Amino acid sequence: MTDAARIRNFCIIAHIDHGKSTLADRLLEVTGAVEERDMRAQWLDTMDLERERGITIKANSVSIRYKPEGGDEYLLNLIDTPGHVDFSYEVSRSLAACEGALLLVDASQGIEAQTLANAYLAIESGLEVIPVINKIDLPAADPERVAKEMVGILGGTTDEVLAVSAKTGAGVPELLDMIVAKLPPPGGVSDAPPRALVFDSYYDTYRGVVCHIRMVDGTLNKGDQVRFMATDVVAAADEIGIENPDPLPLAKLHRGEVGYLITGIKEIDLLRVGDTVTLATHGATEPLPGYSEPKPMVFSGIFPTDGDDFERLRDALEKLRLNDSSLVYRAETSRALGFGFRAGFLGLLHMEIVRERLEREYDLDLVTTAPSVEYEARTTDGIVKRVSSPQDLPDRAVLESIAEPYVKVMIITPSSYVGTVMELVQQKRGEMGEMTYLSPTRVEMHYDIPLAEIVFDFFDQLKSRTKGYASLDYEPGPYRTSDLVRVDILLNSMPVDAFSTIVHRDKAFQYGRRMSTRLRELIPRQLFDVPIQAAIGGRIIARETIKAKRKDVTAKCYGGDITRKRKLLEKQKEGKKRMKMVGAVEVPQEAFISALRIDE
Amino acid sequence: MLAPDSVELADLAAGWRSAYVHIPFCRRRCPYCDFAVVAPGDAGADDIPALTDRYLAALHTEIEMEPEWEPLAALNFGGGTPSAIGPQAIAELIEHIGSRFSIDPGAEVSIEANPEDVSEELIAGLVAAGVNRISLGVQSLDDAVLLALGRSHTAAEAVAAMEACLPDLSVGVDLIFGTPGESLGSWRSTVDQTLALFPHHVSAYALTVETGTQLWKSVRDGAAAPDADDQADKYEYLMLRAGDANLVRYEVSNYSRPGHTCRYNLATWGQGEYLGFGLGAHGHRDGVRRRNVRAINAYLAAAERGDRPEAGSEVEPDPEVERLILGLRRTCGVDLGDREQAASTDSGVRRLIDAGVVAIERGRMVVLKPLLTDEVGATVLSLSA
Repeated sequence: MTDAARIRNFCIIAHIDHGKSTLADRLLEVTGAVEERDMRAQWLDTMDLERERGITIKANSVSIRYKPEGGDEYLLNLIDTPGHVDFSYEVSRSLAACEGALLLVDASQGIEAQTLANAYLAIESGLEVIPVINKIDLPAADPERVAKEMVGILGGTTDEVLAVSAKTGAGVPELLDMIVAKLPPPGGVSDAPPRALVFDSYYDTYRGVVCHIRMVDGTLNKGDQVRFMATDVVAAADEIGIENPDPLPLAKLHRGEVGYLITGIKEIDLLRVGDTVTLATHGATEPLPGYSEPKPMVFSGIFPTDGDDFERLRDALEKLRLNDSSLVYRAETSRALGFGFRAGFLGLLHMEIVRERLEREYDLDLVTTAPSVEYEARTTDGIVKRVSSPQDLPDRAVLESIAEPYVKVMIITPSSYVGTVMELVQQKRGEMGEMTYLSPTRVEMHYDIPLAEIVFDFFDQLKSRTKGYASLDYEPGPYRTSDLVRVDILLNSMPVDAFSTIVHRDKAFQYGRRMSTRLRELIPRQLFDVPIQAAIGGRIIARETIKAKRKDVTAKCYGGDITRKRKLLEKQKEGKKRMKMVGAVEVPQEAFISALRIDE
Repeated sequence: MLAPDSVELADLAAGWRSAYVHIPFCRRRCPYCDFAVVAPGDAGADDIPALTDRYLAALHTEIEMEPEWEPLAALNFGGGTPSAIGPQAIAELIEHIGSRFSIDPGAEVSIEANPEDVSEELIAGLVAAGVNRISLGVQSLDDAVLLALGRSHTAAEAVAAMEACLPDLSVGVDLIFGTPGESLGSWRSTVDQTLALFPHHVSAYALTVETGTQLWKSVRDGAAAPDADDQADKYEYLMLRAGDANLVRYEVSNYSRPGHTCRYNLATWGQGEYLGFGLGAHGHRDGVRRRNVRAINAYLAAAERGDRPEAGSEVEPDPEVERLILGLRRTCGVDLGDREQAASTDSGVRRLIDAGVVAIERGRMVVLKPLLTDEVGATVLSLSA
């Protein structure tokens, strides 16, 4: 056991690509925690998808033993944090497990919005923050400018900002000494009933749910009956230990330590991030603060391209959920797309990741409908209904108002793009808040923007209009009543549920036009003229027509080649089978997929 | 005399036996053509005359290998360019086929010819050989369109060829419509001039882009493709005017005067049986559909070895459904037979009826919009007994 006075629990706050994983690798290497031959790039990012995208989705932790020259050995626990706005709750729980944070910034880029948001979060949580500038070996590095920016945010002087190169290892030994010297040891009470914070949990096929925990008070023994206070689940601590970085089973975990806990429980839903672990009998009475239920922000329909794959999709979602308690879903039936699910996600990235994992790991072909947020529909009898699918919107006759979630957005941009950003935000129905100059050339801007506008294409627009220089972070804000309407798309006078959407009245026409034009191009000509209409209630706001097909007959049969003729017809027949019937109109599956693509 | 579009004639034709002889040689390869063709410049085709001699010998071998059969009601020489081998070679083939299978006295003996090959001598030679019908590859009477189609004759030559053949032969005129660049006016003029000559028969096919052809390559590389609506307009124009020349549409693309329907054509769509001789030829005998190899060297080698130059054969798993999809191309439609019940309840058929594409009357399905025949065929394929 390590004396709590010689434990340092910390995380690294950094923007994507600013070198967090490389620095973690270097720390492991310099302290000898991982032999050089065992090094694989980016130890902490275990999921394939994470490595590919260079981002961290699930938190991890690693314990490092470090002996400063002439001093005692210290136990440094590096707690990895997710680096995306979708996972801000997970970030907050990771921060809660630490006493300190390294604020890591790319010397050629400067601080970005998410990093700043997380830095603020760390400061608010009472963490000691060490400013570190990375990539000083790069030719474009401007450590002085970046140091000034960091001091502007954190206070102090530029002398306190450490300059390192995670790539070459320059400055890393100094950083280790700084961690020991500057970060406080863990607090808590040793002889109190044990309390541990679950800051991450994941499902392992062989071991069941593995919880990453931070001991706050007392001691936990292998074999103890433990209780998860939020879900009130009791189980035996079958295995406890630390990861340095491979799992090392131990008999006890003490105050201040970071490790893992395995109970044999298989349902991740029962062992949630943010929960407090204590003893089943004579345990703590007060849980640690800050727990909250995962709250989906973005919703989308997920349907198998091939209706026969519905069962496989259900199995895949069940399996994914084992490892991702923030994923929620329920069965949904679409007249156009058949049987599928309505799923809720923490954000757009989360949605994209789930979809990609379903397609990649479970080999499914999927159609996903346009993402939507959760609205609050108030009816004339005063009832408020939560609506996450346009289909569930109450009838117009009884609908009094619709409220939509807003988010508080922070954007950091070079000052030359301030006008561009303001213009974009205005188009997205945003309301201007504070604006602060971080330095003469960089500005921090605050807005209230409807979440629905953010989930659509705000991020892409922001990036492209500022040539990639602006960055974004947001947190949920209150609901507000807006002038929202449901736009339906009618094919040959039949509404196609998959294309219905809830939008602001000012944008209804634009949506209707775009969708009907796109469908006219995507749906092949039929035996009769097919009108495509966009409608709000009974009012048509846009119309296109697919003209009737006049000719499909192929030319003569070649020298009596009936077999070939027959094969052509067979092919056409197979094509027909893949069509979905919307009323009397045959719509190819691809048309739904292409029309629902939002990236165009 | 039975009307070209009558049920009686169609039923009669279904029982006719016929034979098809393929002559692959062409002066040049037309950019849209997907038939088995041998043209100068092809690998192994340096000496076309020598190759032709070997080919004719192989054809006679193949005819000899075919087991005896019932008398033929139609014999059709297609290509390629059958007129290119001269009337003497044609006469010998007719002679051989007649001695091997016998040819009905009133049989149709038909040959395809390019307008530039037509001469008094050719016509006299063909008539002497027993040919009574000629199918002229006129395609268009607009020189610009003929150029675009890669044809080697002019509109004037085509008119002259038609005029030369009309006194002595039953004349079929083959036309192509919807070539990119062909205006509606150009097509109307082609139709009007053709009908003014009162041919016995007109076949008009929409230009189709077949995979692998020169046309296909140029369309793939960005050249204009035929437009379905333009072709529909042109198709409708001919349909409207054909009656002026006493022509009746009896199949999607074929019109004739009474007594001049192409027997081989009508028999094919009536699921009739036929022998196929020559490169890439198809036969249908005793319920088996067989096809010959398409490569000239493989064809020659097989025949010279004494083997049938066959590339493969198939037995139709559902001959009834085949009868339906073929028969639908005829104006008189097809008797639904044991599929009548299925057709009356099928949602696809219902759609076709609602859209005015087909009608069902007294157990027969008739296609009212012939340009959508493939749509109908694909629907009918799903009907089970």
